[in-house]
Amino acid sequence: MQTFIDFISFKDPNVFYVVIGMICINSSSALIGSFAYLRKRSLIGDAVAHSLLPGICLGFIMAGEKNMIYLFFGAFFTGWLSTYLVDYIVNKSKIKQDAAIGIVLSSFFALGIVLLTFIQNGGYSDQGGLNHFLFGQAAAINKDELILFAVILAVIVGSIILFYRSFIIVSFNSDYAKSIGLPVRSIEFLMTSLTVLAIAAGIQALGVVLMSALIVTPAAAARFWSHKLKRMLFIAVVFSVFSGLLGAYISYANSNTPTGPWVVMILSIITLISFVGSTKRGILARYLKARKNKSKILLENILKAIYHYHERQNLENDLNLVLASAEILKVRRFDTTELQKGLNQLIRRGFIGRENNNYFLTEEGMTESKRIVRLHRLWEQYLLKRTSMDIFHVHSGAEAIEHILSPEIEKELEKELGIVGIPKEDF
Amino acid sequence: MNENCAIEVHNLTTTYGGAPVLWDVDFDLPAGKIIGVIGPNGSGKTTLLKTIMGLLEPSSGYVKIFNQDLSKMREKIAYVPQRESVDWDFPASVFDVVMMGRYRKGNLFKRTNNTDIEIVEECIEKVGLTEFRNRQIAQLSGGQQQRVFIARALAQKADIYLMDEPFVGVDAATENSILSLLEEMRNTGKTVLIIHHDLQTVSDYFDYLVLLNTRLIAKGTPQDVLTEENLSNAYGGQLTLLAKVANLIKENQFPIREKDVDL
Amino acid sequence: MSDFWIILTASIVAINAGLLGCFLLLRKMAMVGDAISHAVLPGIVVAYYFSGDKTSGLLLLGATLTGVLAAFLIDFLSRKAKIQGDASIGITYTLLFAVGMIMISSWMQGNVDIDMECVLYGDIATIHMDKIIVDDNLYLGPRAFYVEIIAFAIIGLSLFFGFKGFKLLAFNIDYARSLGINTGKWHYALMTLVSLTTVVAFEVVGAVLVVGFLIIPPATAQLVSTKLREMLLFTCLFGISAVISGYYLAVWLNVSITGSMVMVSGIIFFAVLIFQRIRNSSKQKIEFTEELTQYDQANK
Ligand SMILES: Nc1ncnc2c1ncn2[C@@H]1O[C@H](COP(=O)(O)OP(=O)(O)OP(=O)(O)O)[C@@H](O)[C@H]1O
Ligand SMILES: [Mg+2]
Repeated sequence: MQTFIDFISFKDPNVFYVVIGMICINSSSALIGSFAYLRKRSLIGDAVAHSLLPGICLGFIMAGEKNMIYLFFGAFFTGWLSTYLVDYIVNKSKIKQDAAIGIVLSSFFALGIVLLTFIQNGGYSDQGGLNHFLFGQAAAINKDELILFAVILAVIVGSIILFYRSFIIVSFNSDYAKSIGLPVRSIEFLMTSLTVLAIAAGIQALGVVLMSALIVTPAAAARFWSHKLKRMLFIAVVFSVFSGLLGAYISYANSNTPTGPWVVMILSIITLISFVGSTKRGILARYLKARKNKSKILLENILKAIYHYHERQNLENDLNLVLASAEILKVRRFDTTELQKGLNQLIRRGFIGRENNNYFLTEEGMTESKRIVRLHRLWEQYLLKRTSMDIFHVHSGAEAIEHILSPEIEKELEKELGIVGIPKEDF
Repeated sequence: MNENCAIEVHNLTTTYGGAPVLWDVDFDLPAGKIIGVIGPNGSGKTTLLKTIMGLLEPSSGYVKIFNQDLSKMREKIAYVPQRESVDWDFPASVFDVVMMGRYRKGNLFKRTNNTDIEIVEECIEKVGLTEFRNRQIAQLSGGQQQRVFIARALAQKADIYLMDEPFVGVDAATENSILSLLEEMRNTGKTVLIIHHDLQTVSDYFDYLVLLNTRLIAKGTPQDVLTEENLSNAYGGQLTLLAKVANLIKENQFPIREKDVDL
Repeated sequence: MSDFWIILTASIVAINAGLLGCFLLLRKMAMVGDAISHAVLPGIVVAYYFSGDKTSGLLLLGATLTGVLAAFLIDFLSRKAKIQGDASIGITYTLLFAVGMIMISSWMQGNVDIDMECVLYGDIATIHMDKIIVDDNLYLGPRAFYVEIIAFAIIGLSLFFGFKGFKLLAFNIDYARSLGINTGKWHYALMTLVSLTTVVAFEVVGAVLVVGFLIIPPATAQLVSTKLREMLLFTCLFGISAVISGYYLAVWLNVSITGSMVMVSGIIFFAVLIFQRIRNSSKQKIEFTEELTQYDQANK
């Protein structure tokens, strides 16, 4: 508990740097990652992240010390080179993108390892922190870096605001973008540069190996919650920042453990929760929807059956006709307990009434059941007219469809078939 | 059941993510005929072939081959996929690919024998690729690649051939030679089912037609099928309602058959 | 003497990984191989932790299963959760790798056998310390070498007998299914072999750099081959060349041996790619000038 209070009260000034740093880093990469996701180029981030290592080492060798500017420009250079090479390989040979990413990623990373061991064995002083870039150590963020990260975030947010529409068009369909005269190459250049910037900032916290999680996972999790890009960007940022802060805290509380793995764990758990619980595409939502559909179908089928009973008695509009549940079962097969449940619900909704053990349609119930039967028969007519289905098959073809047809579709059917009222023919 | 029925498709519905792409499609196809499947882009022709081949699981309905389940009849039915479905940069020669037609579930672990080699050579010759026998498939023209696929299917020595757009990217001369090859096969009692796009040529090429647009629009001889009404139903954008309903079904995760609900 | 064993062992790693890598590459699953190689980490850590022993068969089995689990998870995320294929790979491998790292940092403090350095680039320089000695005089080589040889036997036999199946799967999976072949079984067989390779290679080259052995030599080979057998052969050649030259480069510069091997492999790839492009463009130029002269002559 004490560590937690220490953490949130910024007792240690370092904690302040870490928190603000994580907010900048994770927002940057979540924003960039969402666009990468739209462009179906999530794994390019992986290649870039691994490719920063040799750049950092080169920067170190050139500067002879851990000079932030040198490291950063070294990283930016090799990161950029890696995306260029991936595209080069794909365009100029029969190697496909996934393999090209793997080649660039592992070659650059190997080069980085070679340089890293070269530095370690080369008697440089002040090289201890370089290891942090491998697996991430948020606690190592200092004031200068903080400023850099804030600037990067500002650049990314600024560019997204300025070029929002161009980014979207190029992401979705670069051919179309070209055809309407957008400078696609420049926009892609800008997007790549922003990606490299975001990743270069992120490896401080996540390390090169796990960095691609910051690019890929927030976007994938956010996608479960919204299809609207703006909202998706926002959700991705929230998820990512939350995981970053929690991960930084866990790493702070258990000194010596790297930050990266915890952030990734938390992000993955959020993704899992999104998969189960999201309101749009989650399995929970799907399950609830299936239940709702099932109950709707049951209720409407009962109403339909009662109306058919009316028709058989030639009493289509008679609200005084009563019938027992056994008579409903003669019209249509139902599971008896289901039927009882359905009838009770229909009573609650005011579609039918009960008298002793008999049921009757209310005014509303009559309208509703007519609507359903009508939809069913309209659809039968439509199938007959437009497809090769014959009169023996249209009934089963239309079964279940009446429950889904919306009022707009009903209107269109009416217009197309020229039918008013309920078609008499029932197949 | 009808003795002369090669493929029976019964009330077949196939969905992608909930949206029906083939919907209550129902027909019997006669054996020993060249049969065309036509319909606009996205009308479910490829989906139909894949469902018949068991590559896609139908959400309702079934397929029978010569009145048997597909699993028993695998050896009797050969499939020619769309040309774009594979990566032609694959390091293999024409011979290698045609040889795949001789692969069976049962002989995957065995060495190829001389009969297989003879059959493969013969099929390569039939499609006129003998001089390209050892070429890497990447170095063939589109039409030649298409012929490689046909040769591979021929090498299967099946009774039914399902071909997905075999005439795409093929010049007129090759198209004619492939066609006479198919006619020769038909005359020996084989059944050939072909997805085709060129409405100009359908009545010349096919003995029997299936016109599709998500629903089965019509089936029968070319005269019966190629009526004004059928064609406008299939191609004239008359089925927008159908598409809207399919979309509603997908959005609401609605079951297409009620028995899906009463699990 | 240790030079010899290091090169020999690393060569077999390169062959094992390269042969399987060819099939991954042709199936456009190169990054799935990358994911599996990262994902076996938690399996390896757990196995070390519970068996406390490097030679344990349990270790191999457990770790191999985590790799297969990763392949399964990728499949699940992309098919059931409808996450893009790329993103599924990224999510899966970062998660499993993170789990492994957390285990190492909380359980393995001060353990000499397994630490983050080893995860990165293995212990190839010291494999000869864990050797098999029959009696005092007869030195049979490092244990890792024998593990690799066994893996080679398994992989070699599987590819030899399953050659047709793996080839068919790689070329045209729908067609394979249309022949009634159970492609799921073949897919998971390949995933298991890849997983096994990365597990046994872990000790030698680590979990991160093995992907270089898995992808780069096959890609280089694909540039120059027209037949699958050729590609497999070239893969081995490129792999071994990278191992040998990488080793001596590393000794000369006093840097990481594994890193150097993969780096050289990458250099070979780019060299072949550029060489091929220069040759092709000069060929085209010649053809073009020939055409031009013909055209000129015809016009005269
Ligand atoms: N894997 C898939 N996932 C989702 N939808 C798909 C998938 N494959 C096809 N579809 C959709 O199913 C419908 C039918 O596709 P199909 O490939 O069967 O059409 P087709 O008749 O063969 O068209 P074409 O003439 O263009 O080849 C299309 O609307 C398509 O968008
Ligand atoms: Mg098609």
